[in-house]
Amino acid sequence: MQIITANRLDSGLVVFRTEDGGWSTEIADARIVDGDEAIEAALEASAEDVRARIIVDPYGVPVVLEAGAPVPVRLRERIRAQGPTVAYAVPATALADRPGSRRAA
Amino acid sequence: MYRYDEFDHEFVAHRTAQFRGQVARRLSGDLSEDQFKPLRLMNGVYLQLHAYMLRVAIPYGTLNSAQMRVLAGIARDFDRGYGHFTTRQNIQFNWPKLVDIPAILDRLASVEMHAIQTSGNCIRNVTADHFAGAAGDEVADPRPYAEILRQWSSLHPEFTYLPRKFKVAVTGAEHDRAAIRVHDIGLRLKRNDEGELGFEVWVGGGQGRTPLIARLVRDFLPEADLLAYSEAILRVYNRYGRRDNKYKARIKILLHETGLDELKAEIEAEFEDVRNGVLTLPRDEIGRIEAYFAAPAFVDGPTDPDLVAKAASADRGFALWLERNTHAHKRDDHVSVTISMKPVGGPPGDATADEMDFIADLAAGYGYDEIRISHEQNVILPHVRKTDLYVLYSALEGEGLATANAGLLGDMIACPGLDYCALANARSIPIAQAISERFADPDRQKLIGDMKIKISGCINACGHHHVGHIGILGVDRKGDELYQITLGGSADENTAIGKILGRGFSEEGVVDAVERLVETYLSLRESETEDFITAYRRVGDDPFKEALYGAD
Repeated sequence: MQIITANRLDSGLVVFRTEDGGWSTEIADARIVDGDEAIEAALEASAEDVRARIIVDPYGVPVVLEAGAPVPVRLRERIRAQGPTVAYAVPATALADRPGSRRAA
Repeated sequence: MYRYDEFDHEFVAHRTAQFRGQVARRLSGDLSEDQFKPLRLMNGVYLQLHAYMLRVAIPYGTLNSAQMRVLAGIARDFDRGYGHFTTRQNIQFNWPKLVDIPAILDRLASVEMHAIQTSGNCIRNVTADHFAGAAGDEVADPRPYAEILRQWSSLHPEFTYLPRKFKVAVTGAEHDRAAIRVHDIGLRLKRNDEGELGFEVWVGGGQGRTPLIARLVRDFLPEADLLAYSEAILRVYNRYGRRDNKYKARIKILLHETGLDELKAEIEAEFEDVRNGVLTLPRDEIGRIEAYFAAPAFVDGPTDPDLVAKAASADRGFALWLERNTHAHKRDDHVSVTISMKPVGGPPGDATADEMDFIADLAAGYGYDEIRISHEQNVILPHVRKTDLYVLYSALEGEGLATANAGLLGDMIACPGLDYCALANARSIPIAQAISERFADPDRQKLIGDMKIKISGCINACGHHHVGHIGILGVDRKGDELYQITLGGSADENTAIGKILGRGFSEEGVVDAVERLVETYLSLRESETEDFITAYRRVGDDPFKEALYGAD
């Protein structure tokens, strides 16, 4: 069981191939593809979108279904789908106010 | 402060226009990804785990407030409000869109900045001691030489297609703050018995898969021969460096496989061909470049020696910060200030756009408009009057940027890791955050003393884990993140590669492991003044191995 992922050429953002052959940034929208033939066909269709300059580097990601939604098997792919596991652009002042952290006395 | 001359302005403007054209042709389909990829890499544009990543060059880590404000503006207008300072003194933006990169490059060009040669198989950013031009212990300022090397290496037609990337670092002091011995070429400024300036030349250092410490190829290279000799080294590398195997393509492997004597002979033979020609640097030419790095017009501090001490005795936070985050300046009435970008629980080396603007304001107000980025991912104001220190500290405190941990355990290096990087096997930032929070107590860090923890999310070692006193390497073991600990690494003039202690730890276990190592050190140190690395060199691995793994 796989989904097809790629990066948008213009923005670089991670996208997933949907039921209608489009590309969504939401993994929940990804079309599940099962079996070698179906995966091959999906990758071929994706190659068209590479030529059309919509995406780059499409590939298949093994997934499992959890509550009906695709979840990548590999940690790397989960992070790629969900974004960094650490907050970013947090001002240092906001960090210092988090419980458990302390500023210099 | 370096003033860019016509070389840069025209060069950068031309290159920006060229890349704008290349992006347009990629988007219109005239260039395929295979054709475009090497071109975008030469302009520092990567495709990373989540998005494109743009690595902007900060030559030898030096910039002024106008440049920092442009970086802030890019973070704000084109990215997600922040940037990341790297272990090569550059800045990375994690979310630029390809369609916006030409506009970003235009903004950079307006302040003579660019992203050229921050990627690809070419000579990369020449790095230098972040206290250059300020430190009391330096023989001479390394930056003019770093600038000379930068001009020589930028778009050098012969070295645009090296077997692999090539990294150069320069230090002006005997105490090496630039990690020169884990660089492809490391240079240390020195004087000979006649008082003339020259370099120790080290070749073949590097981390990554095969960490190796550089070997000395020249004990004294006269300054006039700097470019000719560098050209000779690069030519030998370009000629003989392996191109069949990406993992064996650095000059460190060439040196290791060829042997020092033979490689030196090749370099010297090439040097004989190259020297006394167009690459010779006469003293007055070096002087011309040095003029661009003239010291600022220092303003005398009022000579009240008690002023700072009084403030310190009234404000314990200031006293701690003073002790750790200021560094001796060549002038008695000034210091260099480290603005720690390692607040407790933060991603090491990250700065928000607002923080960048704030730092720019401080540099303009209190720092003679000079800023440095250290390879340890901190921001430096190299010249600050002592009498301005309390005002500066108070301002930093208000922005959460006065973490008094420079050189302490909390001052960790961490690469972006699996949270950002397509090459990574494990996450590094959460490990740094967890360690930072476990050891948040500033008094505890002060008690522990000098400690360099360096964390990498893969064997490429961008987090410099090989040269951490405690190094942490994240690996993938059967789909789970596992963290290997090395001990005894060092990046200074006593460069050492850390030794792996034993089996790795989980994300939960590695913080406890660091704590056990620290407690072991505290229990066996001869005194409070015997720092971790000294104690380790005295007692060796065994007490630490036992603390982590028992008497296995």
